[in-house]
Amino acid sequence: MDPDEYFNRTRMVIVAGKGGVGKTVLSAALARLAARTGLTALLVEVDGRNALAPLFEVGEIGYEEAVIASATDDSAKILARSITPDTALVEWLDDHGMKLVSKRLQKTGAIDVIATATPGIKDLLVLGKIKQLVVESDADIVIVDAPAAGHAMTFLRAPALLAEMARSGPINTQAHAVLAMLQDPKQCEVMLVTLPEETPVNELIDTAFQLEDDVGIQLAPVVVNGMYPIIDGLDADLSGVKSNLGAAKIDELRAAGDFRQQRSILQAGQRARLAEMLPLEQLVLPYVFDADIGLPQIDELADALAEAIANIELPGAADETAGDQ
Amino acid sequence: MSTRSFVELIADKSIVVLAGTGGVGKTTTSAVVALHAAKAGRKVALVTIDPAKRLADALGLDELSNEPSRIDLGADGNDGGELWALMLDTKSTFDELITRYSADPAQAQRILNNDFYGNISNALSGTQEYMAMEKLYELAEGGDYDLVIVDTPPSRNALAFLDSPNMLTRLLDHWLYKALMGSTRTIMKASQLLLKQLSKVVGGEVVEDVVAFFQAFEGMEDGFKERSQRVMELLASDACAFVLVASARRDTTIEAAYLARQLADNDLDVAAVVMNRLQPDFVRLNRRPRAPEYEPFLRAHDELHALADREETHIASLLSQVESDPVVVRVPLLATDVHDLDGMNQLGTKIFPN
Ligand SMILES: Nc1ncnc2c1ncn2[C@@H]1O[C@H](COP(=O)(O)OP(=O)(O)O)[C@@H](O)[C@H]1O
Ligand SMILES: Nc1ncnc2c1ncn2[C@@H]1O[C@H](COP(=O)(O)OP(=O)(O)O)[C@@H](O)[C@H]1O
Ligand SMILES: [Mg+2]
Ligand SMILES: [Mg+2]
Repeated sequence: MDPDEYFNRTRMVIVAGKGGVGKTVLSAALARLAARTGLTALLVEVDGRNALAPLFEVGEIGYEEAVIASATDDSAKILARSITPDTALVEWLDDHGMKLVSKRLQKTGAIDVIATATPGIKDLLVLGKIKQLVVESDADIVIVDAPAAGHAMTFLRAPALLAEMARSGPINTQAHAVLAMLQDPKQCEVMLVTLPEETPVNELIDTAFQLEDDVGIQLAPVVVNGMYPIIDGLDADLSGVKSNLGAAKIDELRAAGDFRQQRSILQAGQRARLAEMLPLEQLVLPYVFDADIGLPQIDELADALAEAIANIELPGAADETAGDQ
Repeated sequence: MSTRSFVELIADKSIVVLAGTGGVGKTTTSAVVALHAAKAGRKVALVTIDPAKRLADALGLDELSNEPSRIDLGADGNDGGELWALMLDTKSTFDELITRYSADPAQAQRILNNDFYGNISNALSGTQEYMAMEKLYELAEGGDYDLVIVDTPPSRNALAFLDSPNMLTRLLDHWLYKALMGSTRTIMKASQLLLKQLSKVVGGEVVEDVVAFFQAFEGMEDGFKERSQRVMELLASDACAFVLVASARRDTTIEAAYLARQLADNDLDVAAVVMNRLQPDFVRLNRRPRAPEYEPFLRAHDELHALADREETHIASLLSQVESDPVVVRVPLLATDVHDLDGMNQLGTKIFPN
């Protein structure tokens, strides 16, 4: 499918996975790809780490929406903002006619007690804020760089939990509204990302099933990030091949090739295991060897993403879009 | 860089805490260090946190627990050493702590049954760190082991565990707690008003739980405060070493440096830095063979070296920010993951080269 077709399927993509698997990098690559197809993307950071800004070579991304990449001849602009639980909670109280309460709660520190007394309330309010953005923002697609996997589950389960816990009142209303958004595939889907390694793959599989069972959220294709590009010819027999190197150096060369080959085999095995355990399309992103990840590398990964998306078909999506128009 | 070896450092200590961000190899490294020390003849207790399933299986750990169980070292355990290990059960460790400090079983029960307590002991961030430190203290004070090794949850924030023993204390020091327990009429009145407003936000039952929790805690604060102080003293003592585990990427070394700084701010030294999962170092070539068969091998070799060179700059940057003159241990990425005793032994030869 075409990348723009992919982005038109839904209003929001939530990128989730274990810590360090490449969520932030993937979020950035998705935004670049969306921009290239002419869509304005809004990147939302929720863990307060400010990890997106250095990738786009801009200063800190704050609570207010900011342009982090301007529109050019062949791409739309990219917007970003950072939503932290504390700002979301205070804003929510303010918006719900509790300005005075919110001031006092903040001043006395009782806000921490509220958050402890009502687990999930901050997550719910962050999602509530995101929901508001999905409705109100000019952006064509919202991309959320979600917290690390264990936390992603708590994060996305919060609305269901609170819908049940708070039986009435404004929290209950908010919980139901957010849950409805999460469960509507036209509004949002979750793109899980993993490295081709045992532990993250296991965690991805667990998370995928839990998200489907407990939250009822639509799962996008999964991203396998950091696959070593296959090098052909590493199984060649070098004995007898002429060289200007001593035997010891040749052994080192062969050892480097073997190491690469073995890691590749391991990666392929994990990818196959993932395919077997989880019936979702896979988008594969290569490991970038030549430099630390910056904007040029993000663009390389966006290319790879475009190619990977072009190679998959998602059932039903095309018909649905057609039906909508 | 310290000239001491890692073996000497560990041999010198009776408590080792491994800290670092997620996925760098803390759990694996702590198991390898524990295994090694046990083989060297010491009686070792290992507290692991959320180990990868296959690693837990390899250690024979099949459930969360509060008590270490003995790991069979087979033929290796012939120096009189013993390895005991547990997978930390946060909730029940917390329950035990409450029971221990309650004046009577009825008080304990009131707290354990309280929903607010349930939230704290299950979900509150920092609880896992708190209980890891608690278990460390208990095992170290118990005096049954020569060495206690503690893995930590993947937190970016060293304060998460340094400050965690104060978690409850802080809650109990809270304005709201004081207000509820306070005796003067005006304070009572003010807090009643706030509680009413709180009820509007989160609902009445939730507020009742909080109040009941605070009331149930009456009289236990001092015990908890004293205990958290002793935990901190233990961490700061010479018997204890902090080992920072890191991988050599830009983002992870930045986080590791941040952790080291926080430790230093708390007057705790990083005794060792384990740089894990480094690209294996293949000898550089002075000439390049021209036959086309070598092309793919040259590419593999070049790419690994490019990566290894970048790793070196990240390691140098991290070490320049760690002021405690730590022992530096370099551990290569193995060709396969580390999930069984074989893998652990193989990693052991890298962590403790002889
Ligand atoms: N495809 C890739 N090739 C090389 N390095 C990568 C790749 N994807 C991510 N990285 C690096 O891995 C690290 C973790 O990526 P990041 O996106 O920050 O993960 P997360 O947001 O999931 O914690 C970063 O140092 C990043 O530069
Ligand atoms: N030196 C190494 N070589 C290869 N794999 C490693 C090495 N160290 C750790 N691993 C693997 O990395 C993964 C993460 O390790 P783990 O100890 O669980 O990290 P942490 O506890 O810091 O999150 C595991 O799958 C482990 O087998
Ligand atoms: Mg990130
Ligand atoms: Mg671990």
